Amino acid sequence: MDVIVTDVEKGRRPSTVPGLGRQLRSEEMVISMGPQHPSTHGVLRLELVVDGEIVVDVIPHIGYLHRCFEKHCEHMSNYQQVVPYTDRMDYVAAMSSEFGYVVAMEKMLKIQVPERVEVIRVIMAEFSRIVSHQIAIGTYGLDIGAFTPFLFCMRDREHILDIIEETCGARLLYNYNWIGGLSHDVKPDFQDKVREFCRYFKPNIVELNNLLSFNKIFVERTANVGVLPAEVAINYGASGPVLRGSGVAWDLRKNDPYSIYNRFEFDIPVGSGERGATGDCWDRYMVRAREMEQSVRIIEQAVEMLVPGDVQSAIPKRIRPEAGEIYVRTETPKGELGYYIVADGTASPARVKVRPPCFVNLSALPSMCRGSMIADVVAILGSIDIVLGEVDR
Amino acid sequence: MIPQEFNDLLTSTFGEAILESKLDGVFDPFIVVAPDRMPEVARFLRDNEKTLCDALMCLSGVDLTKGKLGVVYHLHSTKFNHKIVLKAFVTVEHPHVGSVEAVWKTANWHEREAFDMFGIVFDGHPDLRRILMPDDWEGYPLRKDYQVPEFYNGMKVPY
Amino acid sequence: MGLLDQRFENGNVVITSVDTLLAWARLSSVWPMQFGLACCAIEMMATGASHYDLDRFGTFFRGSPRQSDAMIVAGTVTLKMATRIKTLYDQMAEPRYVISMGSCSNCGGPYWEHGYHVLKGVDRIIPVDVYIPGCPPRPEALLEGLLKLKEKIRNERLIIKKPA
Repeated sequence: MDVIVTDVEKGRRPSTVPGLGRQLRSEEMVISMGPQHPSTHGVLRLELVVDGEIVVDVIPHIGYLHRCFEKHCEHMSNYQQVVPYTDRMDYVAAMSSEFGYVVAMEKMLKIQVPERVEVIRVIMAEFSRIVSHQIAIGTYGLDIGAFTPFLFCMRDREHILDIIEETCGARLLYNYNWIGGLSHDVKPDFQDKVREFCRYFKPNIVELNNLLSFNKIFVERTANVGVLPAEVAINYGASGPVLRGSGVAWDLRKNDPYSIYNRFEFDIPVGSGERGATGDCWDRYMVRAREMEQSVRIIEQAVEMLVPGDVQSAIPKRIRPEAGEIYVRTETPKGELGYYIVADGTASPARVKVRPPCFVNLSALPSMCRGSMIADVVAILGSIDIVLGEVDR
Repeated sequence: MIPQEFNDLLTSTFGEAILESKLDGVFDPFIVVAPDRMPEVARFLRDNEKTLCDALMCLSGVDLTKGKLGVVYHLHSTKFNHKIVLKAFVTVEHPHVGSVEAVWKTANWHEREAFDMFGIVFDGHPDLRRILMPDDWEGYPLRKDYQVPEFYNGMKVPY
Repeated sequence: MGLLDQRFENGNVVITSVDTLLAWARLSSVWPMQFGLACCAIEMMATGASHYDLDRFGTFFRGSPRQSDAMIVAGTVTLKMATRIKTLYDQMAEPRYVISMGSCSNCGGPYWEHGYHVLKGVDRIIPVDVYIPGCPPRPEALLEGLLKLKEKIRNERLIIKKPA
């Protein structure tokens, strides 16, 4: 049992902190932040080792939302039953998590899915990306002290959720992508609704930028804060907006295309140190804001590609892959989501290991926080955009 | 580089540390490395200018049943865009693998997770503690023979 | 019967029982703790935000348990988190209420069978007033749960004991 953690919780001063790797110096103090804290985006706990106002080190404690995803996969009676659990990992962008899993399974089973399915999946995944970034940006504004952007983001988010709800009946956790197909076809007026949304949404991105992104107070709080250099980011295995914010143009949709992403024209926004140093919080934030524009671009192209067809024609009657293993990664809003699936020839997976992007991105938090002020920890944490369901699984 | 070249390069450099390899007929070709030599092989693959595997995509613990555990490393090079899989096999009685934390920082939390879930000990890891489960948890949950405890801290665990 | 149902007539005198007045004061501003655990927390956020607008019920989120009247347990309660939730509940001032939002905190939800680290129902550690089913419940369901809680508070008697 860990006595020292209990010491902090009881308000006593500990002599050592597990994870710090050294004795606590006399001028240093340990502040426990979380697991119940409005700015930790869930149930993350951080132990801040501070010297006055300066953060000397940060020790993240995770696992407060460990829901045994990998154990559940092994106990499912078939591979399809895993899909609802993948929803509950990255619950902000559930379509993307499902997408990764079904892409992996289809590659393993060598299933070619119909064109219509691919297009709908891409539209849904990009919708998920917008939704996820809206929540990231909205709550980031809250963390910094701006309340209005949150309301703006949630307003636009409801429009997307309405379209998704009309299609599959759920607002947040969908179970929509099935192995080889989709649970429901889209409604006849889907295309019109998507086009209308794109028309509606594009001016709102500009509005959001004017409201928050180039706001003087916001820039002051985020520029030059929590700088993550590119080589450190790669060494930590960071991905998604965290890596691209550091100036590395790495996006699996372009660099290792899956599904039909090679057919779309879009740019990869990268951080360039516009307002401060490359790889600071503002860069990471701005990558998300610009990715929303690119997602709209992809949706606009995809919606014109929608061909008629049966979305359930390729669903296999019996899913029983041969013994073997596969690692497939896809680009979710948070970064690179990898599924390592081991099949042993039976109807249920022998092992499913998830490489969650947030888990890996979060492990770079201490290196970003060292030397910054206590108030900046909130800004840095918000700029990583973690979802604890995915960190802890 | 294609997997065959990886295999030839590693075999000529490390000799008996490379135990076996399977390059055809699988989705991801893999090379099995002796557990205690893993850090050197990893460092070589990262620094060698032909391989430059600068990213560890994933590190997974696997329970292979019958008292065998495995660690699987998915490596990737952002420069050459090639991939290779390394594996190390250990037994439940002696679950020791060399840590690659010093090579890729990604491994730090992944190795802690593998330790937490499978009880695989990574020698040379600077901070090998449980990461997801509470510190006073007993047993390694993802092992196939794991028994769920009846109570934890006075709370009933099963439904 | 609500307090304001009684008309202001014959001079500005409101006649009501102290019990009704106290209950009315309590139920009109239920402040839950801003405390999300998992997926349901996103729906809780959506309920509080522009579209569903929780504020019109006199409800808005507080950051500290000391200032809160209600706790919305929104998400899966794990064993590691359970002791913390108990602590938070103990820190809240009485009278305090608990809304269990979503299947996970009701009974373990989809993790009821193989979840070795999931507490099967938050009512194993703290008393629950209102259960909201759903995975996750829609914002409307959360509003309904909150109104149910208000109904419960309205019928509470502090001074006059109800006949047994």
